[in-house]
Amino acid sequence: MVKTNTVARTGNEAMAEAMRQIDPDVVAAYPITPATEVVQIFAGYVADGLVRTEFVPVESEHSAMSACIGAAAAGGRVMTGTSSQGLALMAEMLYIAAGLRLPIVLADVNRALSSPINIHCDHSDTMMVRDAGWVQIFSENAQEAYDNMVQAVKIAETAKLPVIVTTDGFIISHGMERIDMLDDAEVKKFIGEYKPEYYLLNIEKPVTVGALDLTDYYFEHKRQEIEAMCQSKPVIVDVGASFGKLSGRSYGLFEKYKMDDAEYAIVAMGSTAGTSKIVIDKLRAKAVKAGLLKPRVFRPFPKEEIADALKGVKALAVMDRSDSMNGHEGPLCLEIKAALFDKALNKVLLNYIYGLGGREIGLNDIENIFGDLAKAAKGTGMEKVNYLGVRE
Amino acid sequence: MANIKDMAKQKELFSGGHRACAGCGAAMIARQVLLAAGPDTIVVSATGCLEVVTTIFPYTAWNVPFLHSAFENAGATISGVEALYKSWIRQGKYDKKLNFIAFGGDGGTYDIGLQSLSGAVERGHNILYVCYNNEAYMNTGVQRSGATPKSADTTTAPVGKVKKGKEQFRKDLTGIMIAHRIPYVAQSIAGNWRDLTSKVEKALSMEGSKFINVFQPCRLGWGYEPELTCEMGRLAAETCVWPLYEVVNGVYRITYKPKVKKPVSEFVKLQGRFRHLAKPENKALLDDMQATTDKNWEELLKKETFSAATQENAAKPA
Repeated sequence: MVKTNTVARTGNEAMAEAMRQIDPDVVAAYPITPATEVVQIFAGYVADGLVRTEFVPVESEHSAMSACIGAAAAGGRVMTGTSSQGLALMAEMLYIAAGLRLPIVLADVNRALSSPINIHCDHSDTMMVRDAGWVQIFSENAQEAYDNMVQAVKIAETAKLPVIVTTDGFIISHGMERIDMLDDAEVKKFIGEYKPEYYLLNIEKPVTVGALDLTDYYFEHKRQEIEAMCQSKPVIVDVGASFGKLSGRSYGLFEKYKMDDAEYAIVAMGSTAGTSKIVIDKLRAKAVKAGLLKPRVFRPFPKEEIADALKGVKALAVMDRSDSMNGHEGPLCLEIKAALFDKALNKVLLNYIYGLGGREIGLNDIENIFGDLAKAAKGTGMEKVNYLGVRE
Repeated sequence: MANIKDMAKQKELFSGGHRACAGCGAAMIARQVLLAAGPDTIVVSATGCLEVVTTIFPYTAWNVPFLHSAFENAGATISGVEALYKSWIRQGKYDKKLNFIAFGGDGGTYDIGLQSLSGAVERGHNILYVCYNNEAYMNTGVQRSGATPKSADTTTAPVGKVKKGKEQFRKDLTGIMIAHRIPYVAQSIAGNWRDLTSKVEKALSMEGSKFINVFQPCRLGWGYEPELTCEMGRLAAETCVWPLYEVVNGVYRITYKPKVKKPVSEFVKLQGRFRHLAKPENKALLDDMQATTDKNWEELLKKETFSAATQENAAKPA
């Protein structure tokens, strides 16, 4: 483990600091609340000559991702940041970046999608592009945001897939926290130099990128992309372990908090996982066997591993900070159910749709959920899907 | 200045065997642009005919690095390529001089890609954007675009019992690009290799964002015999339907002034898309097209005179 520097940073500052240390070849970005600061702070680094990056202040998020695709196809290490409507506007290009297997890293500060327009946190933006072919990594706090950004570069370049790292808008992005940063040189050593295999600037070996596939090749190319997503799982685990050796903070596909003997578990991503841990500590003091499973990697979804981790619980609550508009449950719940089904684990499972548009979720709410789980485990007729904290 | 003998000896950077229609003006434009640019060139293309006919996997017609990502973003995509190049030059990781050329049809340039193009040239990337302007969405089957001229028959503004083709004028994209105050903007045609290649050479000799709007007859969408593509381009210039000119750092220069301006009907009569204009009851539409063409040409002549006078005044000692 190497020396770390303890500093106070917001989530946005932490992500920008990681980008400074990574020193990508190109950053193309467009401002949007609450992600603006990430690229705004980074533009300051460019202006002060702290990075060698070519910063492209584009005229839209669609162009941001298009410029990232151009720069990555040309052979560069490329990053951007956005949120909500910006991610939605990029959606077309996100699929293309993944299909072209370009290792772009995107900092996404989770924010609700319009309409109604809203600037606060939920996960609907990231969920909207969950099938785009990007690795998706959720962060619980500013420390994880920083750590995930550094790891994302290595994951993307090894797996040859683009990576989205998320934080929760305002909750993490604007909350000041104590974080431990690695030295600049350690980050550079960890991520190494990027050596693309095929790239446009290799003028002596011209390649055609983005060719037209008809019925005879499209399926094979998509199958390769799917396989890359499957193969990214061990890559993420390896990178998380080697990052742990360096920093003392190891990462896997998900985190288990007091799950070994847990009877009641909550499954939550992002900042709510942190809130849940406090409640769990309190309940444990009262001898309630409560635990948390925090999916860190939503794409690829580690379904066997998560099902194994939930094997022992009597009842679980899956927390969705977005809805699938499918008329029954949220996107995380669907994944968890599919994982349990494949292992023939028929669990008492409650789904909570919560926090849409930044609606607060407090310690009491989570404590009540554990109360619901105890009741549901006894079969006292709980609603399968609950809309937490909404006025109805 | 390009010499046709020298060009003929060059390695083809845009190879034959692609799937373009017989008599395709876009393929002609791409080939001539690359012959003028030379091998140290990276090409980006918007989705459209040119991309479709040249890159059906596992084949490619491009002997230079080529990237296609989507329809509305050739400007932004080439911005990214050029930004990476600049970054590597600054870092000392690269030292070769390269050209960055983007191709887009009129759909990808006038309409869906206008924002992306405007952003790219406003930022001043060192790029040349070539619009192969066939005046409709040909790749999807001849739908109207912002470049389609008034009265033309297209599948989304068809000639019917009540309507007589497109009811609006085409937008002046070249004018829009001039308003960006970039170093070089020009109009050219498929069918005059010297005009096109010399404009490409001039554009590439200049730093910053450059734009050439190349009028591209489309035998399928316009409805004429395939061997007439070059003739159709030349007629557009001779009738002043598509004047050939360039604006270098704000100074207009008309690069071809017909000694005798041919009537618009000479251009129109060979094309299926204007077949209805031959009918006596549609004479007013043809007259309207002639009047608009004349007005635009007069305006262009005045702009040339005005910008030359402005130049002279600026050169005079105070």
